[in-house]
Amino acid sequence: MLPNKPIKETAMQSLSNRKKIIEQKPMNFWERMYLPAIAKGLGITIRHFFKKIPTVKYPEETRPYSKNFRGQHSLKRDEQGRERCTACGLCALSCPAEAITMTAAERKKGEEMLYREEKYASVYEINMLRCIFCGLCEEACPKEAIYLDGPHVTADYLRKDFIYGKDKLVEPTFDITKLIQDKTS
Amino acid sequence: MEGAFILEKLILVVIVFTVSLVIAMYSTLAERKIAGFMQDRHGPNRAGFGGLLQPLCDGGKFFFKEEIIPAGAHRPLFILGPTLAIITACISSAVIPWGQTLTVGNREVVLQVADINVGVLYIFGVVALGVYGIMIGGWASNNKFSLLGAIRAASQSISYEIGMGLSLIALLMVTQTLSMSEIVAQQSGFVNWNIWVQPIGFLIFMTCAFAECNRVPFDLPECETELVGGYHTEYSSMKLGLYMFSEYINMFVSSALMAALYFGGYNFPFMHDLGLSQNWITILGVLAFFLKIFGFIFFFMWIRWTLPRFRYDQLMNLGWKMLIPLAIANIVLTGVITLIKDTYFA
Ligand code: SF4
Ligand code: SF4
Repeated sequence: MLPNKPIKETAMQSLSNRKKIIEQKPMNFWERMYLPAIAKGLGITIRHFFKKIPTVKYPEETRPYSKNFRGQHSLKRDEQGRERCTACGLCALSCPAEAITMTAAERKKGEEMLYREEKYASVYEINMLRCIFCGLCEEACPKEAIYLDGPHVTADYLRKDFIYGKDKLVEPTFDITKLIQDKTS
Repeated sequence: MEGAFILEKLILVVIVFTVSLVIAMYSTLAERKIAGFMQDRHGPNRAGFGGLLQPLCDGGKFFFKEEIIPAGAHRPLFILGPTLAIITACISSAVIPWGQTLTVGNREVVLQVADINVGVLYIFGVVALGVYGIMIGGWASNNKFSLLGAIRAASQSISYEIGMGLSLIALLMVTQTLSMSEIVAQQSGFVNWNIWVQPIGFLIFMTCAFAECNRVPFDLPECETELVGGYHTEYSSMKLGLYMFSEYINMFVSSALMAALYFGGYNFPFMHDLGLSQNWITILGVLAFFLKIFGFIFFFMWIRWTLPRFRYDQLMNLGWKMLIPLAIANIVLTGVITLIKDTYFA
């Protein structure tokens, strides 16, 4: 049963005047018929019936990504297709989630076409389950070697499959002459 | 002649049966679509174009689900429950006049399965029978939630049948007949619709129809928040499907009833001023009737997605303390008005 007496105001001083005292009177006959309230409710629902639906029908429609969306990392190459990373470890150090590990190696003779610097990362792994996509690795890198410009990291079945190695991270080599041709044509 | 008559009725029965089943089927889709739109979403839209195949998929799924009859259940009654529910839901459409007469060759075909002179009473009886399906099913499940649901269904049904009957008595005082076809025939045109003379009666009748169909806000027999699934907690597979289906058929039939009793049935405005042949008027009338029915079905769903469920004591208060006195007052009022009209304006 609803309390029939209006609730008394307490002695406490209110700080703002936003407080509303709601009186709880017993319902009168018209209110007990529920009809006015029902009509009001019906009005609200029918207005929603004709509203624009904000749903994005996902597989057919996609929402545009923000310009500074941070997705999967990619390890960049320079203009000659050499890996930029020098395995300095600054990214790993700056990473708040400790998601990055790497093993450094020295560039041998004849590998100049593969690695830009004399020291390179022979193993470079990011644990995508740890990564929070904060982008600090990107900011820390002195060689502009890592960018979070990829797509979403997709789902997988095993934890070990979320540790992305160089096979997934390093940009594929591309033919720069072909790119120039594509641009001009 | 007799053979043609039987054939004609048989065809009509099959058509009415199919139409009510198809409408019930697509009501399930419409319900979800309408719910979706009212909640700013799309509703089912994957199966077929815009979700049009959804009811078929649901039906197929119901058939392939495992059929469970609980060990403690009373087997024959457990099976009888949904059977009775669907049968009573289907047979009440027999006395509804779907249209006027069609002239095929030199035969006059009446678009009504059975024109019995106590049509209103028949519907009343069948509706009252409808609760047995729920009662038996709930009791036979041997489950306390089902039993509670069944008891609620029974008491709710009995309470609201009184209000419904009283509201109909006021209507019958106006129409002076119990035959459905005559009641509808009296309302030809637009100004003769019974809603203009019996607005309060219609309101009461509609509220009671909601309660009889166990629709929100009166769906206490299957109240999920308190009773798991209510009377059909133990039901699975197509038996559950039949219960659901009977609910939608009931909704269709009560919409048809409301349209026929209060909103002129197959009559539509200016039907006699168009100068069309009888067959065309009949066809347009049937369309108008179905338009009204769909309107009411929409209203049923609209209400469902607007109102919360009543509490049980509120339900009983509304039924006994509001609707029944109101219906009695309506009868008295109708009587007084009829008397005044007969003595002074006759
Ligand atoms: S984006 Fe942030 S969390 Fe992810 S690897 Fe880079 S620094 Fe670590
Ligand atoms: S990605 Fe950049 S910061 Fe990280 S190890 Fe390589 S060069 Fe250093």
